[in-house]
Amino acid sequence: MMLRHNRSNKSNRTDTGVIELENVAYSYGGGELLSDITVKLAPGSFHFLTGPSGAGKTTFLKLCYGALLPTAGHVRVFGADVRTLERDQVALMRRKVGVVHQDVQFLDHLSVADNVALPLTVSGRHDEVAGPDLGELMTWVGLTDRATGLPPELSGGERQRAALARAVIMSPDVVLADEPTGNVDWDMSQRLLQLLIELNRMGKTVLLATHDLSLIRAAKAQVQARVLRISNRRVQLAGADL
Amino acid sequence: MIIGIRSIPALLKGDRQADRVVPPSGFTAQLTLFTSAAMAFLAVFALALSLASGRLAARWGEELAQTATIRIVAPLDQRAMQTAAALRVLETTPGVAEARALTDAEQQALLAPWFGQDLPLDTLPVPRLIEITSETEGFAPIGLRLRLTAEVPGAILDDHGRWRAPLLAAAQRLRLLGWGAAVLILAAVAAMVTLAANAALAANAQVIRVLRLVGATDSYIAQAFVRRFTWRAFAGSVAGVVIGLLAVWLMPTGGDGPGFLTGIGFEGAGWLVPLLLPFISGAIALVATAYAAGRALRTIS
Repeated sequence: MMLRHNRSNKSNRTDTGVIELENVAYSYGGGELLSDITVKLAPGSFHFLTGPSGAGKTTFLKLCYGALLPTAGHVRVFGADVRTLERDQVALMRRKVGVVHQDVQFLDHLSVADNVALPLTVSGRHDEVAGPDLGELMTWVGLTDRATGLPPELSGGERQRAALARAVIMSPDVVLADEPTGNVDWDMSQRLLQLLIELNRMGKTVLLATHDLSLIRAAKAQVQARVLRISNRRVQLAGADL
Repeated sequence: MIIGIRSIPALLKGDRQADRVVPPSGFTAQLTLFTSAAMAFLAVFALALSLASGRLAARWGEELAQTATIRIVAPLDQRAMQTAAALRVLETTPGVAEARALTDAEQQALLAPWFGQDLPLDTLPVPRLIEITSETEGFAPIGLRLRLTAEVPGAILDDHGRWRAPLLAAAQRLRLLGWGAAVLILAAVAAMVTLAANAALAANAQVIRVLRLVGATDSYIAQAFVRRFTWRAFAGSVAGVVIGLLAVWLMPTGGDGPGFLTGIGFEGAGWLVPLLLPFISGAIALVATAYAAGRALRTIS
């Protein structure tokens, strides 16, 4: 499976984090939302990001893939400071970072399968679109019978799974997921969590933002996960009591 | 600029996959086609006007600059003598290629439209006309006039310059206006395409955000738009030029009459000039869309 051949890449860089935030602050017009954040996501690690609504989880994730630039400090993705990246370099970086948004957006005029394969299409790898990997991936997320449908026809859970499939089709090194279980029932959130845990076992670095503590507890039994908690504009490594 | 020179061949060849990522647009596409066709149609007429007035200016300039007339106004008994004297002066005037007195029959033909065929020229003090054809460099009218005053008192030199100059200026101005109109029309194409591209980019902001999220480069996204608008401007322009050329071709011609209105149109290689319009429109659309896309994309991380 395409998702497999990553662990070998990972062993090349041991001490540097895949994503590193150093004294990062971010302020919107009103005031500082995040301040003095220093976090390092090691290769192959599994992190939860938690905190109350509006604490800045989404902002934190956006800082991690260059959708927002920090107002202070440095964010390094694969060793490169996002502030110094050209727009094309940002595009290339995003091919190695799979992102699942809370409100997933698709190209509504293309089929679900085409949407999942979109990262391949835009990076000029058309020939792989028709390859076996896409079918395998659709099976993995359980959307085989939805492949030819259009995204607006999907349910909330199906949208999240399609987004996850789209996020990992390029075999990225990192998967960032923002409340992927926000709009789905418990069973579905378990399924999504299982998919993310599987990805992590294949060597992907996973950062999963959620305010659902029971999801975190469920995960802790299966994977060695760290919990980052945002409170008072700062990120702390939560204790083992969760 | 987002679209480099090197990407133009790929742009024209097309990328079916890249085209598909931007949703098809029906109505606005037709508007772009229509406007581009209408502009090309107008541009054909502007070009016809400039080329025709250019031709007219050139013809007037050439023909009139190389001819002049001398009138010998003298009593009947002195007319032949003065004519001969004037011809002698002309023979020794530098720049005069040929000088020839018109015959009675020729003068009669000239006057016939006004006085009829039966005019008794030999009994009337009609001035004798001498037709001068100058060499390409021409002669100095002032010097010739001075010599004529001294030697042939009844000679009046008319070098056509007095009435030629304003006509020539008018024709040249008209040509300038025609080119100006063509340039304005092409500028309007650029403005129209920019507006249409901006509208398309704004309508597809979500598509662009998704494409950026999954790692599409700006040039990839821009190309999908640029290709569309370039093609629409080109195709619309082809239609407009074809219709415009047909219209010009079907315009009534004035035969050998000297009319200006009936002379509007293309001649010879001039017919090829409007064929450049679709390529110019396409190039303008390419640059305008690339510029609009570049600006729109910068607002989306």
